[in-house]
Amino acid sequence: MLSIKDLHASINGKEILKGVNLEIKPGEVHAIMGPNGAGKSTLAAVLAGRELFEVTKGEVIFEGKDLLDLAPEDRAREGIFLGFQYPIEIPGVSTVNFMKTAVNEHRKYKGLEPLKASDFLKLMRDKKALVEIDSKLTNRSVNEGFSGGEKKKNEIFQMAMLEPKLAILDETDSGLDIDALRVVANGVNKLKTPENSTIVITHYQRLLDYIVPDVVHVLFDGRIVKTAGKELALELEAKGYDWIKEELVK
Amino acid sequence: MAKEEQDKILDEVTQSDYKYGFSSDIDTDSIAKGLNEDVIRLISSKKNEPEFMLEFRLNAYRHWLTLKMPEWAHLDIPPIDYQEIIFYAAPVQKAKLESMDDVDPEIRATFDKLGIPLDEQKLLSNVAVDVVMDSSSVKTTFKEVLAEKGIIFCSFSDAVQDHPDLIQKYMGSVVSYRDNFFAALNSAVFSDGSFVYIPKGVRCPMELSTYFRINAENTGQFERTLIVCEDESYVSYLEGCTAPMRDENQLHAAIVEIIVKDNSEVKYSTVQNWYPGNKEGLGGIYNFVTKRGICEGVNSKLMWAQVETGSAVTWKYPSSILKGDGSSSEFYSVAVTNHHQQADTGTKMIHIGNNTKSTIISKGISAGKSNNSYRGLVKVVKNCEGARNFSQCDSLLLGDKCGAHTYPYLEVHNKSAKVEHEATTSKIGEDQIFYCNQRGISTEDAIGLIVNGYAKEVINKMPMEFAVEAQKLLAISLEGSVG
Repeated sequence: MLSIKDLHASINGKEILKGVNLEIKPGEVHAIMGPNGAGKSTLAAVLAGRELFEVTKGEVIFEGKDLLDLAPEDRAREGIFLGFQYPIEIPGVSTVNFMKTAVNEHRKYKGLEPLKASDFLKLMRDKKALVEIDSKLTNRSVNEGFSGGEKKKNEIFQMAMLEPKLAILDETDSGLDIDALRVVANGVNKLKTPENSTIVITHYQRLLDYIVPDVVHVLFDGRIVKTAGKELALELEAKGYDWIKEELVK
Repeated sequence: MAKEEQDKILDEVTQSDYKYGFSSDIDTDSIAKGLNEDVIRLISSKKNEPEFMLEFRLNAYRHWLTLKMPEWAHLDIPPIDYQEIIFYAAPVQKAKLESMDDVDPEIRATFDKLGIPLDEQKLLSNVAVDVVMDSSSVKTTFKEVLAEKGIIFCSFSDAVQDHPDLIQKYMGSVVSYRDNFFAALNSAVFSDGSFVYIPKGVRCPMELSTYFRINAENTGQFERTLIVCEDESYVSYLEGCTAPMRDENQLHAAIVEIIVKDNSEVKYSTVQNWYPGNKEGLGGIYNFVTKRGICEGVNSKLMWAQVETGSAVTWKYPSSILKGDGSSSEFYSVAVTNHHQQADTGTKMIHIGNNTKSTIISKGISAGKSNNSYRGLVKVVKNCEGARNFSQCDSLLLGDKCGAHTYPYLEVHNKSAKVEHEATTSKIGEDQIFYCNQRGISTEDAIGLIVNGYAKEVINKMPMEFAVEAQKLLAISLEGSVG
């Protein structure tokens, strides 16, 4: 589904990603862990097409297409969803209106007619129930005045609405209390199918108790330096990242 | 987003056409260009006016001669040659319209094209329209239905003929011809407009609306609107305007006067879409408007809501005099400037009565090489106890070649007053655009969404039909550009 080869990216001339390689197959959940500043969020942003970052080398193939050739909105329409670490507020734009625009753009891309208002509202209702999000949130402007937890729930709700092939969740657990964490993780798990894949970017093992990864990668100084099964997350939790650093130095 | 791409999108969007820019081939009765006392006498006699009207006009004209065009606004306007303007042009019509069949088909076609059918059957049943083309009202709908309730809704010219006592009593009572340069000019040469009279205890059952259209070349449009609301009455009034695309600048100088008596309420909404000139700043309407209402009675209310997207130059400050105790006024404005447009707009809230309240919400959106200024005065006089004002002025910048300015003036002469002012300036965030992109929404659509969201507080105050039109207008005027 996703194949990243020797990906280099920089911001303002400073290289952040220094040759990332990653293969993800349909249905897999990959966790990317690593210390602050390792390049985890940069990787997510580069995959989503944020132009702040310049890709200097490497290729990314998504479902047979050269992802780096596509505009950010087309990557989204192809099925890439980024759950933001810090979801953006859009004052005055209702979540309903925002999602209706987004869903219909996705449909247009696939050559489908826009949804009728009644069908759209039904879809909203179904997905709200699925991810257990309060109508109070979806009736408000996009993320405006939301708490950290509410913003993250809203990301999962949007993910449910758009049914991506590949969801990249960037530090979705940051700023969540344990109840919100459970709601968010449940949402992700319910949306799981044998066809779609998930990249979970996180600092902590905690989230991986709820979203169980098939593969865990450690991103360090712009490269993936270690890849193993889910037990790696536990090891990192217990020992921190310093031992990896030491291993690398050797 | 890359710089070139921003510029490209900005260009694409800012090049969207002004879709009301056509002109119609209609027989027009015009007088020679230029301005002098004979011209004023001619206008007055063409309109068969009573003596007091001619006197009012001549006094205004003589006063105007002593005035200079105001220069305090943040506007760059080339000198206007008043001898090159035609001050009266009216579509030639039969003397008195008895039915729709009497309206020139070309005029009907014009308004059909503008989406304003003159045929009552085709109209939205809850909106009555007075249609003014160039210097003259061509048709007022639903007059009879309204008359049953004692409501007068007609062209200003008809009102002068049929209700001269009301005109004489109220005309110039809120905006005197001595008020300012453009008010004096309008008072001297105005040719038509709308008159609304709501009798005591009557809630006007439909929206009243005037649609202004400039058609003829080289003409100025000078209309007056007068709205009188007796005690315990209510009306919602809408005003819309368009003009053909022409290379020369055309002058529009209007006056609106509103009188609100005890416990009455007036809502006045405007969607101003005069031709803004082309991309290079050629042509477009110079829009100099004096709008003022007086909340004369106790607990009277006046609301202004405006979406200003058109005109090459806008100079306009709808104002409220809060004279009655407990009276209140709200001002909601979205002003959009693009290309080389210039807008200096805002409001004045004059607190005289005790416990008077005013709210000002102003949203400026600037794109292209335009300049957008908010200018507002909140004044509380010495004997006014318990006045409250809240002002919020936000500016949104699209691109880096435009300007936004805020000039708030506060004159508070009574210690019991509470006056609050908030101002923000923002650019559409690259992060907001990217967030929308990541959900599959293109940059142009994202900007449309964000701008409409930004203006929502104001648009929500408009009647339904207008809100929809206003939203579309915002999207057309500057769907795209990036901060």
